[in-house]
Amino acid sequence: MKIAIPVDDKTMESNICISFGRTPYFLIYDTKTKDSVFLDNSAAASQGGAGIKAAQTVVDRKVVALITPRCGENAAEVMQVANIKIYKSMNNSIRDNIEAVKNGKLSLLDDIHAGFHGHGGE
Amino acid sequence: MKIAVLSGKGGTGKTLVSVNLAAAAKEAVYIDCDVEEPNGHLFFKPEKIESVDVSIKMPYVDEGLCVGCRKCVDFCKYNALAYIGTKLYVFEEVCHSCGGCVMFCPEKALSEKDKVIGEVKRGISENITVITGIMNTGETSGIPIIKKLLEDKNESKNLTFIDCPPGSACIVMESIKDADYCILVAEPSLFGVHNLEMVYELINLFKKPHGVVLNKCFNGNNPSEKFCIEKGIKILGKIPFDNELGTLNSNALISVRKSEKYRDIFASLLQTVMKETI
Repeated sequence: MKIAIPVDDKTMESNICISFGRTPYFLIYDTKTKDSVFLDNSAAASQGGAGIKAAQTVVDRKVVALITPRCGENAAEVMQVANIKIYKSMNNSIRDNIEAVKNGKLSLLDDIHAGFHGHGGE
Repeated sequence: MKIAVLSGKGGTGKTLVSVNLAAAAKEAVYIDCDVEEPNGHLFFKPEKIESVDVSIKMPYVDEGLCVGCRKCVDFCKYNALAYIGTKLYVFEEVCHSCGGCVMFCPEKALSEKDKVIGEVKRGISENITVITGIMNTGETSGIPIIKKLLEDKNESKNLTFIDCPPGSACIVMESIKDADYCILVAEPSLFGVHNLEMVYELINLFKKPHGVVLNKCFNGNNPSEKFCIEKGIKILGKIPFDNELGTLNSNALISVRKSEKYRDIFASLLQTVMKETI
């Protein structure tokens, strides 16, 4: 299966990014072929609606799951209509989370936030 | 003559000043632009209310015509559109009603529909025409309502007081845009002077003639007064931190109509303001 993860850098050693909509990159990882592709997130510098645009990027890659620490309600809505499951990341490590999701050890993200809309949220 | 009353934060006394200045005039129009929480009408209790809905344009997709070319998705700088599977989704709260997607759609699959976001109410309270903007709960921008509130050009012939929303954001800019004069209301605290500085910067950007009303004044240090003196800003008047005024106000009474002392204070303040605007 293909998984999307927001990441801080274009390496498998990178940390998972704290933001979904404004992450600098997405890792698209194929658990079958073990292929990893890093995409620039064109939504990162958006004035608004970053979550929607980032979600569109992820959906277009035909992933079946997203692993992220947080997700806003607009992005979650896009994921839902695209039938993409959103899992909550367990720590900052890309590899740990990929292993965990393969073994069914990640839980679904259920605390969808209403969006920070320029107010940080740290 | 349009006079806008503004301040950097809520609770400084914008409504107190604008309501009482209007009430002190022989005849005036009071416009409440604080559309998220308009409260001037609580004091005026206007009668003969007429309401008009305010709506904005929202893109609406005819799924039969949409071929999924995504020209609209790519065009939208607000990212209000997403194309998922075989369907276009519109995120209404992100949309800025620019209409660009409708113009760009080569299939004419997009059109616009009205979405009501609030209303404008007009009424009469003795010598005052009271116009109130009300934004519906859950809406993100009150600017279309403020545009509607201030669109009546005939109003400029009258003495008009614009009760602004708090702060110095877009919604305030929209409210003061066409004002002939700005009254800044300030509190005697460090927090107050910080907020005063923010609106002072704003009205300088707009190059508006202005003056300050110092509210809640008591004996002792007044950082806002100090700021005005340092910057050479005209102090139009001082309103005391007074139990009688507080009581009248918290009972939603207009002090100009209830107390001789305050009739005098606001009449003289109005006189000062009118002199400044000549």
